[in-house]
Amino acid sequence: MSPFLAVIRRDLSLALRRKNEVMTSVFFFVVVAALFPLGIGPEMNTLRLIGPGVLWVGALLASMLSLGRMFAGDHDDGTLEQMVLSCASLPSLVGAKILSHWLLSGLPLVILSPVLALQFDLDVQAIEVLMASLILGTPLLSLIGAVGAALTLGVRGADVLLSLLVLPLYVPALVFGAGAVQAQAAGLGASAHLSILAAMLLIAAVFSPWACATALRIALE
Amino acid sequence: MLSVMDLSCYRGERRLFSGVAFQLNAGACLHLEGNNGVGKTSLLRQVSGLSPVSEGQISWCGQPIADNESFRAQRIYLGHDLAMKDDLSAMENLQIDAAIAGQAVEPDKVLMALQSLGLKGREHLPVRMLSQGQKRRAAIARLLTRQARLWILDEPVVALDVPAQAAVGRVLKAHLDEGGMVLFTSHQPLPMAVPSACMTSHRLQG
Repeated sequence: MSPFLAVIRRDLSLALRRKNEVMTSVFFFVVVAALFPLGIGPEMNTLRLIGPGVLWVGALLASMLSLGRMFAGDHDDGTLEQMVLSCASLPSLVGAKILSHWLLSGLPLVILSPVLALQFDLDVQAIEVLMASLILGTPLLSLIGAVGAALTLGVRGADVLLSLLVLPLYVPALVFGAGAVQAQAAGLGASAHLSILAAMLLIAAVFSPWACATALRIALE
Repeated sequence: MLSVMDLSCYRGERRLFSGVAFQLNAGACLHLEGNNGVGKTSLLRQVSGLSPVSEGQISWCGQPIADNESFRAQRIYLGHDLAMKDDLSAMENLQIDAAIAGQAVEPDKVLMALQSLGLKGREHLPVRMLSQGQKRRAAIARLLTRQARLWILDEPVVALDVPAQAAVGRVLKAHLDEGGMVLFTSHQPLPMAVPSACMTSHRLQG
């Protein structure tokens, strides 16, 4: 087993034994997305208009809920030290942490989104675009959030600081993610928005693990 | 072999120690002594490569330890935090730990390591169910599952009972006999059957 896979295996088996942590962010997403139609009432046109935005904001907040724990647990019990000391490069191990964060708190949201989208009366094409935008967007949220989590590691009141640090950086993902569905509804096609999301994802995939690794080294000094 | 020359450590503006120098050859053991707060842990973290070295030099076989691949593969650091996940068993912890370090390990070897530290029958319990001393025994078993020549141990016998301390002594002696090196701090004398010729001590002063 390579070091990269070992980190993923550990994070996934820990999540299996502490299911509540994974379920919290998934249920949060479901509840937030379910509250809006209840609050607004059965006004189909309004719901269709706000649906993509609500689902995207819900996904964004749900993914942020579990960010604080991304490195904190490993920092507290000393496993982070051992990761830094490993022969494998730290950015690759951090990349594995980010990938498992996405598998546990991003992928479930992508899978649930079509069901929730039905509440907002989105049609099949819109749901397809929404899912595509979330598949590209949720890993981007994990990558950006990881940098914030690494920078605030060991800081008092890290949770609030983390939100203040990370939420503004989520704006481009939100704009292009929710915008993709609206562009498709307006007949413009979603490919431009999705391409930009994909480009942001690639850039973040290159730089975020490296930035996290640097921040984690500083946190451990 | 490890050599430390003229090493200093600063915490903010305050100087913890300066001018520390020692050498550790194959088969040798160095006991780092000093009062609380004098910088023993900081020194061990510098030697292991966790903290950067601002003044002085640490070298492994003549090469500086920074970005030194052969050093990374040959040293192991056991700190105050045991690096054990509470929800995984000791067995799983050690296997995954070795894999993350880049050294795959056979399950049998892990079992033997745990048993030699007196954890027979508890290999598959979640670490959360173990006592403090048992957790530390499991963490020390990590030394046996990895092929490291230099062991850097921060207070390895804290919370251990007398038989476990003796077991640690045996583990260290076997490692030294094979030409390994040990650098450790401890406020208790280790019950070790190590010939005094291999054993040196260095007192750290602020």
